[in-house]
Amino acid sequence: MATVRHRPEALELLEAQSKFTKKELQILYRGFKNPCPLSHQECPSGVVNEETFKEIYSQFFPQGDSTTYAHFLFNAFDTDHNGAVSFEDFIKGLSILLRGTVQEKLNWAFNLYDINKDGYITKEEMLDIMKAIYDMMGKCTYPVLKEDAPRQHVETFFQKMDKNKDGVVTIDEFIESCQKDENIMRSMQLFENVI
Amino acid sequence: MAAGVAAWLPFARAAAIGWMPVANCPMPLAPADKNKRQDELIVLNVSGRRFQTWRTTLERYPDTLLGSTEKEFFFNEDTKEYFFDRDPEVFRCVLNFYRTGKLHYPRYECISAYDDELAFYGILPEIIGDCCYEEYKDRKRENAERLMDDNDSENNQESMPSLSFRQTMWRAFENPHTSTLALVFYYVTGFFIAVSVITNVVETVPCGTVPGSKELPCGERYSVAFFCLDTACVMIFTVEYLLRLFAAPSRYRFIRSVMSIIDVVAIMPYYIGLVMTNNEDVSGAFVTLRVFRVFRIFKFSRHSQGLRILGYTLKSCASELGFLLFSLTMAIIIFATVMFYAEKGSSASKFTSIPASFWYTIVTMTTLGYGDMVPKTIAGKIFGSICSLSGVLVIALPVPVIVSNFSRIYHQNQRADKRRAQKKARLARIRVAKTGSSNAYLHSKRNGLLTEALELMGTPEEENMGKSTSLIESQHHHLLHCLEKTTGLSYLVDDPLLSVRTSTIKNHEFVDEQMFEQNCMESSMQNYPSTRSPSLSSHPGLTTTCCSRRSKKSTHLPNSSLPATRLRSMQELSTIHIQGSEQPSLTTSRSSLNLKADDGLRPNCKTSQITTAIISIPTPPALTPEGESRPPPATPGPNTNIPSIASNVVKVSAL
Repeated sequence: MATVRHRPEALELLEAQSKFTKKELQILYRGFKNPCPLSHQECPSGVVNEETFKEIYSQFFPQGDSTTYAHFLFNAFDTDHNGAVSFEDFIKGLSILLRGTVQEKLNWAFNLYDINKDGYITKEEMLDIMKAIYDMMGKCTYPVLKEDAPRQHVETFFQKMDKNKDGVVTIDEFIESCQKDENIMRSMQLFENVI
Repeated sequence: MAAGVAAWLPFARAAAIGWMPVANCPMPLAPADKNKRQDELIVLNVSGRRFQTWRTTLERYPDTLLGSTEKEFFFNEDTKEYFFDRDPEVFRCVLNFYRTGKLHYPRYECISAYDDELAFYGILPEIIGDCCYEEYKDRKRENAERLMDDNDSENNQESMPSLSFRQTMWRAFENPHTSTLALVFYYVTGFFIAVSVITNVVETVPCGTVPGSKELPCGERYSVAFFCLDTACVMIFTVEYLLRLFAAPSRYRFIRSVMSIIDVVAIMPYYIGLVMTNNEDVSGAFVTLRVFRVFRIFKFSRHSQGLRILGYTLKSCASELGFLLFSLTMAIIIFATVMFYAEKGSSASKFTSIPASFWYTIVTMTTLGYGDMVPKTIAGKIFGSICSLSGVLVIALPVPVIVSNFSRIYHQNQRADKRRAQKKARLARIRVAKTGSSNAYLHSKRNGLLTEALELMGTPEEENMGKSTSLIESQHHHLLHCLEKTTGLSYLVDDPLLSVRTSTIKNHEFVDEQMFEQNCMESSMQNYPSTRSPSLSSHPGLTTTCCSRRSKKSTHLPNSSLPATRLRSMQELSTIHIQGSEQPSLTTSRSSLNLKADDGLRPNCKTSQITTAIISIPTPPALTPEGESRPPPATPGPNTNIPSIASNVVKVSAL
């Protein structure tokens, strides 16, 4: 475990790179720098590793098991794949999610679903994602979760998204289908004012 | 949801965008952030030390004082900061809790001060972090024990006259120091326990030789004497037991307690012996029973605190003792087996069986080494030495634990005793200091009444009065005065044993005002003596009954200024009376009045515990309590009578 302290880039640089203001960056950094109260282990300051990431996320979803989804999220945030999410990664991700264009957001979502980052979403990948999402709900749901609900959901998804029915969804198919769907468009704007 | 995670909520919400494309139905609307404040620094001023933190930091724990709107009560508009009049040191810990989510307990802090602060800020002590929780719990336990001790000793020292006979007896049994009779009883029983034990011992000593037969133990030689002694002791013990049984608040619990079982076991053999004396078969068993008489020595534990502590220690170290026993048993069995098989080969070995080897093992492990059984083979000797070495270790391990437990409990007891001894002196000193401050009330009460009198008279003298007391004091005194007026009683000095004579004083006070006003109306036409005597006669009861105890100390003051009576201390009674050179008759009459009053009261009064303030209006004679001299007011005319009357009337008894 690296105890090397990681210093983020200068505030102005980050401000230029992301779409946040200085004040917002300050607020975000304060929260980012101190995820430790949750875990009992020492956490290297300046970066968030996957364990901590999972712990933080599971605090928000106490009933279910959010570790799988958190794992996928972590991979989506950790763009340089070095096993730790630095503040720059964090800001980059959040900047897209909160202040980006719809195109950028959809891009990000595609990146999340594409687990092996090969440019195609296969049914297996989608199934994993779907299972992870359903896991977060936990066991005590109404109506009770059926065994094949994730699979069915994946089928629905592919029917909607996979235009040429080749069993995989490419980025263009994805963006095109989403732009046609009003619900999705509207819900993309949902979290504009989170900070 | 842990509060520290609130900072990551925006991230979690943003990450929810990952679900959107997958969802089949529209999402609910996001809650609008109505008062979206920019995060701001707030200043917390704690007794002058300024702490600053972000508002959101405090809002992490909304069920505490700082996290909720309760802190608005402490907001200071002028300085735009939150002011808390509390300890800044502890506040440091509290604020760190908000910042890091962990509450620490500093070792140097007093436990009750810390608890108070936590209670003030609305933080549960249970969330103290693991690093400090042990320490906190230990200190809390010590504190609770100390409080219990104090309560116990307080209860012991209270005089509760309303105890029933049974309860007094029980108290006498439990605390011999409460009364002389109890102390006598305590020592008598102790003496008889000692006598009984010594008798048992001496009974078996061979006592001189009766010529012609073998040596007899004393018990058989002087059997009658010993029997009488035994009977006497048992009588005493039986009576004591029955008395305790009668006095016990819960008989069932008493019967089950250890001490009562010891008592019963101590006296039963005698009675059983009485019953079974002539039966040969069981006389053997009867002899065994006599062994139980030695348990009388345990009755000493009522008399010795150290014994009780030892017993308590053993009880509390039961687990360590159990461990010791268990490990010893294990070791004994192992070594006995080994020694048996090692010595099996040697001829004429004493180690005839494994149980026989137990004796060897025990004697060796406890390093006794009687030498009645020794190994002869080499293997036996090797194992024997291993046995003795390990014995030392096994026994030495749990012993320090037991010793430290005993030491802790013993010292705690010592401290409790010391505290009790010091408590009396402490309380006495505190009482002295407090009476000093209660004097202030009575002084200002006199001042207050004087002010009222003056106001009634219309003399603008108030400005000189009352400024000597602070606002809080004067308000407090006003409150006490209101209470007096409500109940019709008055405060007495040193009052615990004085009973307030409510009726007379009620009338008395009532009459005060009445007479006072009456006399205000009455013209100056009345002259002294006449007014005086009717007042005297009309209130014969006043001087005699108003105060059950009264002693007077009157001083004559120079007439240039207002004659003031000096209020010495609470113990002294000061009678303020008028003094004026222009009216020598007044003085004489007053003195005669005083005399009369004195005479009337002398039979009744004991020590002067009451301060009486007789306030009269200053004309040439003006009264002030305690050395305040004021310029004599203007008109002597209308005021002449008043003094006398007033002096009679406004007799602030109780003072």
